[in-house]
Amino acid sequence: MKIHKYDTVIVGAGGAGMRAAIESTKRSRTAVLTKLYPTRSHTGAAQGGMAAALANVEEDNWEWHTFDTIKGGDYLVDQDAAEILAKEAIDAVLDLEKMGLPFNRTPAGEIDQRRFGGHSRNHGEAPVRRACYAADRTGHMILQTLYQNCVKEGVEFFNEFYVLDQLLVEEDGVKKSAGVVAYELATGEIHVFQSKSVIYASGGTGKFFKVTSNAHTLTGDGQAACYRRGLPLEDMEFFQFHPTGIWRMGILLTEGARGEGGILRNKDGERFMEKYAPVMKDLASRDVVSRSIYTEIREGRGCGPEGDHVYLDLTHLPPEQLDAKLPDITEFARTYLGIEPYTDPIPIQPTAHYAMGGIPTNVQGEVLSDNTTVVPGLYAAGEVACVSVHGANRLGTNSLLDINVFGKRSGIAAAEYAHKTEYIELPENPAAMVEAQIERLRNSTGTERVATIRLELQECMDANVMVFRTEQTIKTAVEKIAELRERYLNVSIQDKGRRFNTDLLEAVELGNLLDLAEVMATSALARKESRGGHYREDYPNRDDVNFMRHTMAYREVADDGTESIRLDYKPVVQTRYQPMERKY
Amino acid sequence: MATPTMDKAEAAGTPEPGFADTPYITATFRIRRFNPEVSDQSEWEDFEVLIDPKERVLDALHKIKWELDGTLTFRRSCAHGVCGSDAMRINGKNRLACKTLIKDLNPDKPITIEAIKGLTVLKDLVVDMDPFFQAYRDVMPFLITKGNEPTRERLQSAEDRERFDDTTKCILCAACTSSCPVFWNDGQYFGPAAIVNAHRFIFDSRDEGGEQRLEILNDKDGVWRCRTTFNCTDACPRGIEVTKAIQEVKRALITRRF
Ligand SMILES: Cc1cc2nc3c(=O)[nH]c(=O)nc-3n(C[C@H](O)[C@H](O)[C@H](O)COP(=O)(O)OP(=O)(O)OC[C@H]3O[C@@H](n4cnc5c(N)ncnc54)[C@H](O)[C@@H]3O)c2cc1C
Ligand code: SF4
Ligand code: FES
Repeated sequence: MKIHKYDTVIVGAGGAGMRAAIESTKRSRTAVLTKLYPTRSHTGAAQGGMAAALANVEEDNWEWHTFDTIKGGDYLVDQDAAEILAKEAIDAVLDLEKMGLPFNRTPAGEIDQRRFGGHSRNHGEAPVRRACYAADRTGHMILQTLYQNCVKEGVEFFNEFYVLDQLLVEEDGVKKSAGVVAYELATGEIHVFQSKSVIYASGGTGKFFKVTSNAHTLTGDGQAACYRRGLPLEDMEFFQFHPTGIWRMGILLTEGARGEGGILRNKDGERFMEKYAPVMKDLASRDVVSRSIYTEIREGRGCGPEGDHVYLDLTHLPPEQLDAKLPDITEFARTYLGIEPYTDPIPIQPTAHYAMGGIPTNVQGEVLSDNTTVVPGLYAAGEVACVSVHGANRLGTNSLLDINVFGKRSGIAAAEYAHKTEYIELPENPAAMVEAQIERLRNSTGTERVATIRLELQECMDANVMVFRTEQTIKTAVEKIAELRERYLNVSIQDKGRRFNTDLLEAVELGNLLDLAEVMATSALARKESRGGHYREDYPNRDDVNFMRHTMAYREVADDGTESIRLDYKPVVQTRYQPMERKY
Repeated sequence: MATPTMDKAEAAGTPEPGFADTPYITATFRIRRFNPEVSDQSEWEDFEVLIDPKERVLDALHKIKWELDGTLTFRRSCAHGVCGSDAMRINGKNRLACKTLIKDLNPDKPITIEAIKGLTVLKDLVVDMDPFFQAYRDVMPFLITKGNEPTRERLQSAEDRERFDDTTKCILCAACTSSCPVFWNDGQYFGPAAIVNAHRFIFDSRDEGGEQRLEILNDKDGVWRCRTTFNCTDACPRGIEVTKAIQEVKRALITRRF
């Protein structure tokens, strides 16, 4: 075991982690631990754009953006946070441009903007062009630009280091962060990073679904590490299902395709979104469009021999426009489906996309251990966190924004905190839990296989807690997850080595997915209403009287070692926007 | 990049455009294994996999790892050609496993898979990427500007933006660099990927660090080592005209105009 000492440790080198690192490296001795090489992070897969009311192409302002964000989140958004997001968006985009990001340009040479779902002028009047973009490679450009600037600033990376545990120490009755424990992929060695502050920026957890736009590596490691140490997870029942994933594969086709004029059609060629969202049509918010697609499929208007998908039709758009604005996604259709989007519609289905919930933080990125108490020295930003700017449903282009705004904020806050504080003594045997976990998996002679359990989990989640949920389906999921958790205790791996043991790490990641799936299903069962991405067929309406509140899920361990989940609730911060019915 | 699409004629008669439903086939994957914890020699190992030929080579590797041999080791993340993790040598050519469909490889014969060349193999298909990223860092791959920052964005015309569009697409997968015979013989050569990323800034109208960067590339291990074999362009999964970019940098060095 090796011990390292840094002022600030950042877990993850996606957009949020690197945006934080650029700030904290200037202000404090910083180490970035990342399980992937930075440029492999899934921020690079983001396509469509980043929202900011620059008003470069038409009238717009941050107040409209704030409103859209709150309405899009079905009023579960903390309104003070949404206001910060929308206000600081403008500088966040300009910062990136100054760092070198090659945005598409208007004829006047300014940053170009396009339409995106749920973004409107003057509180829902009509779609507005608010998404700043670089073709359909906006995330790629953000990730590259941030990495380039990390190289420029000399940010210190520990690549292929997996953080597996969060060290918390109680001092004067307050839980504080003392550092993290990491596993080095190349050698199998365990490292303890003692630090004054820690920022989690470890991304999402979509891999507990089968049809998903998320990378294989998005397994919620950061959420799980904090949760296991008794910290709460907020609003985990809210997961976004993006309407347009490639049929069966889940690979994303950006909403920018509809922003450019793409249309969804059923097997009769009908533009069905006109029925469900007369004003915003194909650009209604994602939860609305995903439900509409499944309604079409259920009512027998799906396409293909099994009627299990619908079409994204781009054939009426000029090929030059597709080449210029949507080059990557049209190539995905050609490569993976053998379809020419110039002439043929693309089969799509909703795909599990984004975790609205996560580690609760305030607007400085400080992690909360309950509804109000801050954990000194612990921060989170990006998809791993829940500020909550996305509420029950995130608007497209608001996450690339979120990682930049709150990545920057937490980078500054964590470094400044590190300056004014001393190291906290590490607990005795700081690596004990990780060592035990690794040894157990390495030495297990059990009969269960990681891949089998993972697939059963994914199929169960797709079938029971996706776009439509009921008491019955969620209970089925809860029971199945409990069974899988039991069986997980009996998994064994084949690779017993120390060097690049990805067999072992997949087992560890599966453990994280199982814990988080359980939290998600349990939180969903208790929320007897429909709101944003959480749709209960048995409670189809939003219930502001009983459920205008955030879910807070805690892991409890009884004296005899049995684990359970305790649910609590946290009020939503409302400033100037009164909840209204959500219509598009 | 050329992408496989089906003939209209072929597609006729199928209910939908795109790949018709194909039966599963049994394909043999011949993989070069290496694990210094076990042996300091590498050896080929065959795996037979029942698979839909429309699936990716990455899907086959997963099937092997998840169902047959958990010790098989490779990197991957996004699974759709955007993160650059899984460049490998497939049937003798550098490609991304997640962007190569089995049906395009002549699966009647064994499909060979080995680590990319020119970088030290650490285990199976995993190579040491550090020298590759070091060369990238050496070309100062970031915007360099002088004077005060403007308050708003810098202006750039759509044409000026288009000038370097091709080289912004790079995902640092190393397929080009590890297909370059000059790089195989001399690891000191920066390699195509680093030059591509220098190009991205040299031809960005906002950048003012061109001279510095060109000096770096003028070095003996720099751009002049390129012998224009076009392997890099063929290998690039992002369809970047790598050799052309290198030529443009050479020309800029001669004319000092960019
Ligand atoms: C296909 C796709 C398209 C999208 N398009 C858009 C869009 O157009 N606009 C928009 O606003 N949003 C979009 N999103 C959402 C947005 O891209 C993501 O939410 C956002 O990029 C997440 O960034 P992040 O920095 O939080 O995490 P990531 O970029 O996922 O980075 C996570 C980092 O954490 C590291 N990590 C993970 N676990 C560990 C561990 N245990 N130890 C150490 N390191 C670890 C990883 O190595 C990685 O560096 C899209 C998402 C997807 C999947
Ligand atoms: S230029 Fe192409 S082949 Fe070379 S590293 Fe970049 S994406 Fe890969
Ligand atoms: S896995 Fe990301 S490029 Fe292949």
